[in-house]
Amino acid sequence: MSREYDVIIIGAGAVGCAIARELSRFRLNVAVLEKEADVAGGTSGRNSAVVHAGFNNKPGSLMAKLCVEGNRGFEAVCSQLGVPYKKTGKLLVAFDDEDMKTLHTIIERGIQNGCKGLKIIDQEQVRQMAPQIGGIGAMYSPETAIFDPFTYCIALAENAVENGVSFYLEHEVTGIKHTDGVFQIHTDQQIFQCRCLINSAGLYSDRVSDMAGVGGYQLYPCRGEYYILDRIATEYLDIPVYPVPKAGIGGLGVHLTPTIHGNIIIGPSAEYIEARDDYSCTSEIMDKLFREATQLLPALKRKHIIGNYSGIRPKQAPPEEGGFRDFVIREEPSCPGLINLIGIESPGLTASVPISFIVRDMVAKHMELVEKKMFIAERRPVVRFREQSPEEQAKLIADDPDYGDIICRCQKVTKKEIMQAIENPLGARSLSAIKYRAWATTGRCSGGYCLTKIIDILVREYGVAPESIRYRSRGSELFVDGAK
Amino acid sequence: MAAAAAAKSNGAARVLLLEREEQTGGILNQCIHDGFGLRRYREQLSGPEYALRAVAEAIDAGVEMKTGCMVTQVTSENGIHCVTAVGRRGLAVYQSRTVIFATGCRERTRGAISIPGSRPAGVFTAGVAQNLVNMQRIMVGRRIVILGSGDIGLIMARRLTIEGAKVLAVVEVMPSPGGLARNITQCLDDFGIPLYLKHTVSKIIGKDRVTAVEISEVNDRQELIPGSASTMECDTLILSVGLIPENEIAGAAAVQLDERTNGALTDRFLQTNIPGIFSCGNARRVTDLVDFVSEQGETAGINAVRYIAGEPMLQWDDGVENTMLKGLPAPGSVTCTLCPNGCQITVGQGDTVEGNRCGRGKAFAIQEMRSPERILTTTVRAQGRVVAVRSDRPVKRAELQTLVSLIHGQKVALPVYPGQILLQNVGENSVNIIAEHAAER
Repeated sequence: MSREYDVIIIGAGAVGCAIARELSRFRLNVAVLEKEADVAGGTSGRNSAVVHAGFNNKPGSLMAKLCVEGNRGFEAVCSQLGVPYKKTGKLLVAFDDEDMKTLHTIIERGIQNGCKGLKIIDQEQVRQMAPQIGGIGAMYSPETAIFDPFTYCIALAENAVENGVSFYLEHEVTGIKHTDGVFQIHTDQQIFQCRCLINSAGLYSDRVSDMAGVGGYQLYPCRGEYYILDRIATEYLDIPVYPVPKAGIGGLGVHLTPTIHGNIIIGPSAEYIEARDDYSCTSEIMDKLFREATQLLPALKRKHIIGNYSGIRPKQAPPEEGGFRDFVIREEPSCPGLINLIGIESPGLTASVPISFIVRDMVAKHMELVEKKMFIAERRPVVRFREQSPEEQAKLIADDPDYGDIICRCQKVTKKEIMQAIENPLGARSLSAIKYRAWATTGRCSGGYCLTKIIDILVREYGVAPESIRYRSRGSELFVDGAK
Repeated sequence: MAAAAAAKSNGAARVLLLEREEQTGGILNQCIHDGFGLRRYREQLSGPEYALRAVAEAIDAGVEMKTGCMVTQVTSENGIHCVTAVGRRGLAVYQSRTVIFATGCRERTRGAISIPGSRPAGVFTAGVAQNLVNMQRIMVGRRIVILGSGDIGLIMARRLTIEGAKVLAVVEVMPSPGGLARNITQCLDDFGIPLYLKHTVSKIIGKDRVTAVEISEVNDRQELIPGSASTMECDTLILSVGLIPENEIAGAAAVQLDERTNGALTDRFLQTNIPGIFSCGNARRVTDLVDFVSEQGETAGINAVRYIAGEPMLQWDDGVENTMLKGLPAPGSVTCTLCPNGCQITVGQGDTVEGNRCGRGKAFAIQEMRSPERILTTTVRAQGRVVAVRSDRPVKRAELQTLVSLIHGQKVALPVYPGQILLQNVGENSVNIIAEHAAER
């Protein structure tokens, strides 16, 4: 027996979740298949967390058009779905005359793309915006913003679920058959059927397309490593600072980005690698990141570092070519009903909602889209204890004592928030699902204080067997059978 | 605890102790091994037993205690300090003339030392592993490598071995171990666990769970020596790579901190840059022995009272801590564990003994050469609760594992009181197995 849907989306990254949410406005049966144990498990959760303005992309490209569109609508989507968002602006800092020349080219390109407010500022103005930053001048982009990509994907997915979409986590697609206009999708767990298949599988989208019988796509994984800095370093910077990009690199250069949670991140590097799931950090790149970051921010010290991570870009441009190739968003003529989204690297997060509109219109050619009367557009944001005034905090505790139980001391996350994260509507059950929802374990002690408390809550209050608790997906069990 | 007790017994009108845990005693509660109180009580106590005594002293002195209350803010104005605390009963603000920070320390993490490699499950700090194993009876792994030879790392090497794991190696970047000599003897040598000095973990390998670590030799500047890397297959990496004084709240209250150590800076009276705010124990400076932490706490407590009274305060001398023997035990010698001195004693022909500073050391050394004996500590599950237990006297070292299996097979009913005999006359030495603390339903 297979489960039947009108539309199936493969991949629960930002794009897959945005499409799911967009399609949930209509009277359709929609499902999302995701191989990881949670949404945002790939590129969408491993990046700089920036809403780009769109001046970096080639005029006339889908990347440029959708990035600018996405930027304009981003704040509204975030406020509707309760996603932390802050329009910080961004500086592109020049260190020599050549950089300054490049900045003028970038501004022209930005204007062509439709970016607003781009301007060159002098050294003095740079100092006013970012006193710790060197350089001889900069370009200021007022429309660039920072946000929380985890909450973004989670919120889109939860809102989609509320409006009737089914999410199947830990369902890895293993094969696709297309007969008589019907797709049969085999996963490692169940079989699914649909009329319209959307391939938003990110790093694996070329392989999914192959499975559906449409070859010709090849992705090249290109890794970017990051450092995370202690909140103590936040005073150094409240606006993303990038170097002027050098020609030919497949990224935006090592930059410093304040996050919505109050840390600064350094990165990313850009290094083509073999494996698509090798999220390692290497000592060579880590040293290089630190060196380049101290050029931008001389006050940076090793002791500010609290962690690192890496993400992988699904690049269409092979290493020898470098740079960016435009997004592929198309219904395959040779396979009607298959909508391929290939090479959605940066600025894919920013462009995710406009991409979902294009996909919606493609779906509309195959089935009638009738709007639901009962569509719920808003998602109530999670109440964060630490963001409340003392009066509000006292009130929260009086209503529910679980708000008085601070579990994560670095980020002041209460037991109530941990429990809400454990009980999430997507049914994501890993420790990282709790981490990204409640933002516990993300501080300077990296869970040294709260990890054992979260485990205790899972075991004692939710009856979870310790050996079944996972960090992320299957195979990442935290503990072994043993002491009982 | 010691600061509160001392302040109250030295004339403070009201002393309030705020503790974020439900249980008083702090990290001592998960340190179920013996060796605490050698100086202060002249006994070999376990962590929970030491904590119990300290709590009893504070209660006897008349200290008011609020547990399950996390302090979120301290502010000071015109010599009055306002302390905000959050607990299940609500949010409260307390006013006081003095505040003593005795907030302890936290562990340095993988992120802080930037070990290259992937980020799989199976990497724990030693303290987290200790909590899981000792407080929750959750096993963190089967084949384990420990990075760092600080005392917690050494203690965990022994605890995990006793609970059935294979500890493959303890790896230390420095030329000598960071922990006490007694712990090298009792935690590593007793179990044949190799110690690799001037080595470090240069890479963590494994996609979902740790599958191996890469170990490299380092030079005198602690840089990796090219070509020295080798891979050790394991499922767990435990980090014991240093402790950092915990000064989140103190720092936010504008207490000056040491740039390098993050310890609160104080004068020799343990007073910080803010008049009336004191700091003591590991929050000020990480200390090897809890006994010194308690003594320092007492000094801070007394000084807080004298500060209010305008009387001259007591001086604290950090030099008092320098009596402990750290590093590798001398080859062929016995490390005496009867007191913090840790004498290195050699036993010659006809039981002639050298290196001991007291008579007790002689008997210890001779016993150690003939048939070493150890206090056994482990845990049992009692109707859903985890109870730390130990032998009331030393057992034969060779019997440790058999006795642990015997204890684990034991059914224990609640409630349990501290010192309660749970198993009588076991092993060659006919010891009793006793509960280290109380446990109720």
